[in-house]
Amino acid sequence: MTLKYTKDHEWVRADGAVATVGITVHAQDALGDVVFVDLPEVGKSFASGEVAGVVESVKAAADVYMPVSGEITEVNEALRADPSLANSDPLASGWFFKVKLSNAAELDALMDATSYEKFSEQA
Amino acid sequence: MESALASDSPDSLQKTPLYDLHVALGARMVPFAGYAMPVQYPAGLMAEHKHTREGAGLFDISHMGQLRLVGPDAAAAFETLMPVDVIGLAPGKQRYGLLLADDGGILDDLMFFNEGHDSLFVIVNGACKAADIAHIQARIGSRCEVQPLPDHALLALQGPQAAAVMARLSPGSERFVFMTGGAMRIGDIPVFATRSGYTGEDGFEISVAADQAEALARLLLAQPEVKPIGLGARNSLRLEAGLCLYGADIDTSTTPVEASLNWAMQKVRRTGGERAGGFPGADKVLAQLAVAADLAGHVDQQLLTRRRVGLVALERIPVRDGTPLQSFEGQAIGQVTSGLLGPTADRPIAMAYVATAFAEPGTRLQAIVRGKPVPMEVCPLPFVPTRYYRG
Repeated sequence: MTLKYTKDHEWVRADGAVATVGITVHAQDALGDVVFVDLPEVGKSFASGEVAGVVESVKAAADVYMPVSGEITEVNEALRADPSLANSDPLASGWFFKVKLSNAAELDALMDATSYEKFSEQA
Repeated sequence: MESALASDSPDSLQKTPLYDLHVALGARMVPFAGYAMPVQYPAGLMAEHKHTREGAGLFDISHMGQLRLVGPDAAAAFETLMPVDVIGLAPGKQRYGLLLADDGGILDDLMFFNEGHDSLFVIVNGACKAADIAHIQARIGSRCEVQPLPDHALLALQGPQAAAVMARLSPGSERFVFMTGGAMRIGDIPVFATRSGYTGEDGFEISVAADQAEALARLLLAQPEVKPIGLGARNSLRLEAGLCLYGADIDTSTTPVEASLNWAMQKVRRTGGERAGGFPGADKVLAQLAVAADLAGHVDQQLLTRRRVGLVALERIPVRDGTPLQSFEGQAIGQVTSGLLGPTADRPIAMAYVATAFAEPGTRLQAIVRGKPVPMEVCPLPFVPTRYYRG
């Protein structure tokens, strides 16, 4: 259950064939108070890098990219109802969606915590 | 998420006299109108917005342009640039104005104040100030003295508790009502203040010498009601109050009538008025006013094809600037110019230009957000009731 990160400031937690995806602490801090999320449809498949959702604060909207290829198996209805979970608990109850991995090897290309920390400091 | 996370702060940006204070307060600085400005402080946009609606918020708006027009002919001269009654404004009073281009497009919106003694004090938008001053100088520089005031900062204290703070630090300031003002001292700092603002709340805008600005800001922030507020909340507050942002909701491609700013054009400058016309674009603007007055009947689509309206989304989905608008039949009818989820309104709100046939409150239409239709309804402005102090 290692946490991996993308350059688009999403995190991925793989658990067997299914990975959970959310936005990072850095991302929610940059966005400010999240007031809206648009989540993908369950059952829909995405390639890695495709836009799978949207997260909006009062001041800005940002796309949420698919960190890995696969099919959406579940979305966080609690986050849809209370988007502020993305600010208050971004790495746990503020998760966005779960995806059934079509190519687990894609995880290897993502950053680990140390690399991401360096990356977001430079960003 | 590039757009939200982009952080560019080139050294070429100008700094207001409060720059160091903003940084010390933990502000996130962003480029705005050529200045490094605080978009939010650690409390965040939502908390800052709500604090301004409940307490008192302090804004640095020193990027805005301040100038004086001086001379016995100043008011008459300034009136030739705007569809507004300048000559009739009594000393001690402030009014909203619009600089127009020769085709009736809006060069800038502004506030002007009659200081008496043949002197007008004018506040213009930061991004427009160089062009405004050049325009004013070119058009009326021979009739009055145009005096830019670059050595002055501008602060705004806004919110239902602003008047109590001012009464404590500047006894006597409570005598001013909305859109009046004068010279006063706050503590021992000499300022020029008017009871006005850009949030829909009661409050003051305060012009102060640049070298006293930080002392004034620190004095105001030391009051228990007052917290610093960034440009992010300033934008959500003004949108809820139904106020235009120049460059978004109005610009050179929009006329005052298209922008639904008819209220800013007093009768004396309209057809049949004592000083009707005589401003840039008058033929077009006065013809559009005649059409707007007759809106209940047949609309002349040639003269007035679109109007600025307020919109609320009927689903909880923010509808942002640039979003296309359609009729339910799929006909393109306009575009959103400002939009967000209003923190106090607690629903998605927007301003937009729509075809005149769709401009009546209660009309429903749809916004196309990421390819999906979101139903919206035209509604009267403001979205949140204004609380100006009128005495």
